[in-house]
Amino acid sequence: MLPADSDNYMEFVPVIETQNLNLYYDDFLALSNVNITIPAQNITAIIGPSGCGKSTLLRCFNRMNDLVENVRTEGKVLIENKNILEPDTDLIFLRRKVGMVFQRPNVFELSIHSNLAFGLRIHRMLNGKDELMHAIRSGLEHVGLWDELKGKLKNNARSLSLEQQQRLCIARVLILKPDIILLDEPCSALDPISTLKIEELLRVLKKEFTLVIVTHNMQQAARVSDYTGFMYLGRLVEFGVTDMVFTNPKEKLTENYISGRFG
Amino acid sequence: MTRETFVRHIKSLENDLMNMGQTVIDAVNQSVQALKERDMDRANQIIENDKLINKRRGEIEEECIHLIALQQPVAADLREIIAILYVTTDLERIGDHAEGIAKITCLLGSELPVKPLVNIPLMAEKAISMLERSLESFVNRDAKAAAAICNEDDQVDQLYDKVYHELLNFMIADPKTISKATPLIWVAHNLERIADRVTNICERTVYLVTGSIQGINVSMY
Repeated sequence: MLPADSDNYMEFVPVIETQNLNLYYDDFLALSNVNITIPAQNITAIIGPSGCGKSTLLRCFNRMNDLVENVRTEGKVLIENKNILEPDTDLIFLRRKVGMVFQRPNVFELSIHSNLAFGLRIHRMLNGKDELMHAIRSGLEHVGLWDELKGKLKNNARSLSLEQQQRLCIARVLILKPDIILLDEPCSALDPISTLKIEELLRVLKKEFTLVIVTHNMQQAARVSDYTGFMYLGRLVEFGVTDMVFTNPKEKLTENYISGRFG
Repeated sequence: MTRETFVRHIKSLENDLMNMGQTVIDAVNQSVQALKERDMDRANQIIENDKLINKRRGEIEEECIHLIALQQPVAADLREIIAILYVTTDLERIGDHAEGIAKITCLLGSELPVKPLVNIPLMAEKAISMLERSLESFVNRDAKAAAAICNEDDQVDQLYDKVYHELLNFMIADPKTISKATPLIWVAHNLERIADRVTNICERTVYLVTGSIQGINVSMY
């Protein structure tokens, strides 16, 4: 599904496209015939009630669902025209290109420096100390932490505030030069001010990356995203330009959900 | 059903708007009656009552702002609150036009008018009917009816044209009538503006129902 009203958005370059995507947990159909086209260098928000499949959909984009037992998928997930559900997909490369940030900051019990160097080492992306330092600096600058942390790189990452930890997690993804960043409720552990700061950061990052954010905070989706998809019972009910979804949704179900008239 | 309190607030806001609408309809009605009957007491009462209309508009506006700030309305709820904000402004301005007619009545005093009033009461009747039905279409969420009302504005414009030329001819024929004929042109102008304001209300109903913001009718004046 291309977002409704996207005609006005001249620079709509598809990056992720699902085709007739079904996903089962054992016999339970968690995603039902999802067709969504996500544009480059925009923020796309997926909203919907708990259990609607929004996180499941997000985890399809870098095959994180493979880590769950008895998951079966049908259909296609095309990223840059390659179906990543094919068995020959290099998952390590895929997850580098499609990074993920989780609900709670999941920094390693290591120094800030080691947290950032970790991925680079795993992916063998390093050529000497200077390059490592340059990458770390660039990552921290991207998330607005360099000035605060440049003298404390040896400190344990757990000593940072939750917001700083979440920024560090984003930097840890960025440092691997992804194309797409998936964010699964990235602010749900943060206070309102930290939340707004992270949202500002996302707006800056979208100039370089494609962001997909799953959130149950509708105001956050409205504030931060360019496109919004509403999911219900595993289906993508509506997908459109955020402005339109929040002022004049096309589907009654979307209207009922966003205006708090569910159930 | 969730958000009962919010739904109750919006419903009550809409009721307030309709009550204000009825007060404004009465004011327009009374202003033309007072003009016809050269009833200055009634005209003064209308001028006094306009303060209440202005106050009501302020209260409705405040309630809209509270709901936006505290309830974060979206979609149809948001459109309704925005539409109410605009409609209350148009109603308040229509009230000002009624007050304007009342002031002209006081200015003209108890002397007989330059000619019997025919088209001015017709303009008033038409404008009031449009106003009543515009508020009904708002409550009934009837975008089709609202759009149709907009088209009736032409009839009021044509009547205004008639009044204007008739009075102009009087003044050309006998310049002594200027001081009594000019205020009647102002009355007609007030009524013509009322009908224009009604088209704004209708456009807000279309917006409320469809989400589309567009001018439906371009008035001749």
